[in-house]
Amino acid sequence: MGQIVLKQITKSFGTVHVIPCLDLEIDDGEFVVFVGPSGCGKSTLLRLIAGLEDVSSGHIEIDGRDATAVPPAKRGLAMVFQSYALYPHMSVRNNIAFPLRMAGLDKAARSARVEAAAKILNLTDYLDRRPGQLSGGQRQRVAIGRAIVREPAAFLFDEPLSNLDAALRVSMRQEITELHQSLKTTMIYVTHDQVEAMTMADKIVVLNAGRIEQVGTPLALYATPANVFVAGFIGSPRMNLIDGAEAARHGAATLGIRPEHLALSRDDGAWKGVVGLSEHLGSDTFFRVTVDGVGSLTVRQSGEVDVKRGDTVFLTPSAPHLHRFAATGEAMR
Amino acid sequence: MATRHARTAARIMISPAVLLLLGWMLVPLSMTVYFSFLRYNLLMPGMEEWTGWLNYEFFLTDPAFFDAIGNTLMLVGGVLLITIVGGVLLALLLDQPFWGQGVVRVLVIAPFFVMPTVSALVWKNMFMNPVSGLFAHAAKAVGLAPFDFLAHAPLLSIILIVAWQWLPFATLILLTALQSLDSEQLEAAEMDGANPLNRFVFIMLPHLARAITVVILIQTIFLLSIFAEILVTTNGGPGTASTNLTFLVYAQSLLQFDVGGGSAGGVIAIILANIVAIFLMRMIGKNLET
Repeated sequence: MGQIVLKQITKSFGTVHVIPCLDLEIDDGEFVVFVGPSGCGKSTLLRLIAGLEDVSSGHIEIDGRDATAVPPAKRGLAMVFQSYALYPHMSVRNNIAFPLRMAGLDKAARSARVEAAAKILNLTDYLDRRPGQLSGGQRQRVAIGRAIVREPAAFLFDEPLSNLDAALRVSMRQEITELHQSLKTTMIYVTHDQVEAMTMADKIVVLNAGRIEQVGTPLALYATPANVFVAGFIGSPRMNLIDGAEAARHGAATLGIRPEHLALSRDDGAWKGVVGLSEHLGSDTFFRVTVDGVGSLTVRQSGEVDVKRGDTVFLTPSAPHLHRFAATGEAMR
Repeated sequence: MATRHARTAARIMISPAVLLLLGWMLVPLSMTVYFSFLRYNLLMPGMEEWTGWLNYEFFLTDPAFFDAIGNTLMLVGGVLLITIVGGVLLALLLDQPFWGQGVVRVLVIAPFFVMPTVSALVWKNMFMNPVSGLFAHAAKAVGLAPFDFLAHAPLLSIILIVAWQWLPFATLILLTALQSLDSEQLEAAEMDGANPLNRFVFIMLPHLARAITVVILIQTIFLLSIFAEILVTTNGGPGTASTNLTFLVYAQSLLQFDVGGGSAGGVIAIILANIVAIFLMRMIGKNLET
């Protein structure tokens, strides 16, 4: 239960083609994250799957059934919105029970399922409050509760953590991941934050301008990006991308090297540069090093390194970790 | 207002306005109360004498008084019902995207800009007139006898005229309230399996509750004192069929020249309006809290 297949989906708003043509398969029980910069069409894609928007052409199959023309409520999917979209005039209990009430369940069955969902999400003490009296994290949980009680084939999350503060975001991230492991239901999660994508996903779908750039596990995307866009988007801090003569020397149009794959030395190495800004995080230190003929590179070193602004250092890229990209942006292997 | 000096200055500054308002309100009010205890008829000037509660006794035992109370309640209730139900429906309609939305919205507000006397006269002479009115022509066109609205259903006709004037106001307030509804809530309800009717009942209507209370409060204040529409259409008649409390006070003091009786009626109207206001404020308070 919960296999979703998109076949040659396109979506246009008037003359604007948001999604040119897209194929995607999502297997049952997978945690799939759509990630991409804002305006890349990832939320539109989610709304197409939910049925809140109609596809311009193509087919959506849910569990082998063509669901292209099926109304949202009948697709068996539950959605958690960015603004949570809780009903402000209803208590938490009635909010969670709303889909059951619409489905025509009787009162006893409703309250049993609401209690069960509240227990999973630690909401039992808040059932009689209004959404306005809850904190951001609690509202988020109510929204998830409203999705859980429907026992959907798949959950759709539309940037659910973007309204929370950093600490809460980390803990909610873990809660959602744990929820996925206990429910084992398909989850599709939209975010622009690649850290969320890397930490939560079984499978990441990187989107850019409505096109799928690459699909794969987080580590596969990190280790072998298919093109310059994925290379630059996945990973924090960003991969160093080098154009020009230095790239041509390696037979590529663009050369990519992650900050942790640059060895820093005071004595000798491949590239000579001058240290600019440095960020000390305790566990790691990031340096910006300006290298003549190569450009400004980010270097990551474990722990504290005694290098100051203006010092001359040498950088050596680790050869197996060099990414070479052709002029089209595709990776060369 | 941090220092005592500033506070004193502020008091001195606002005192003229407070005094003006007090005088403006208190002088007419106390004169009305004073007149209501006098036998004061404009046909017999200079013969005023103290009569105690006699004016009140006459006014309260006048059969026209109970008719007027009933008519006032009918008028307020009827107009509120039409404007709120119609206003919600119109707001739902105008909230839909369609070509020429801006122009239509301006046109919808238009009746509110027409003076009450003018709109009542237009309705009386151009629509409801049994000989030359549009409704009479329409009735004749389908072979029916023209209906004399103002003679046979005077209160209903006035309710229709006033409702036509106030419908734009209700529509406007309810439309803005509807536009402030988060569209994600409607989408969430749609995902939850709510059909359009359920979405209206469970999501839109509760969201509109506050705006509806505001409309009820403001309209009630103005509808209790409807006068011009009655004066230019039915003159309160036939008999007392379309006389409300305001018109009764007018008829008592200026048609029967009994200023004392009219003043007593005015004082009673003030008391009744305040009772209504207390109930409304309680209702509003309850609805605006959450």
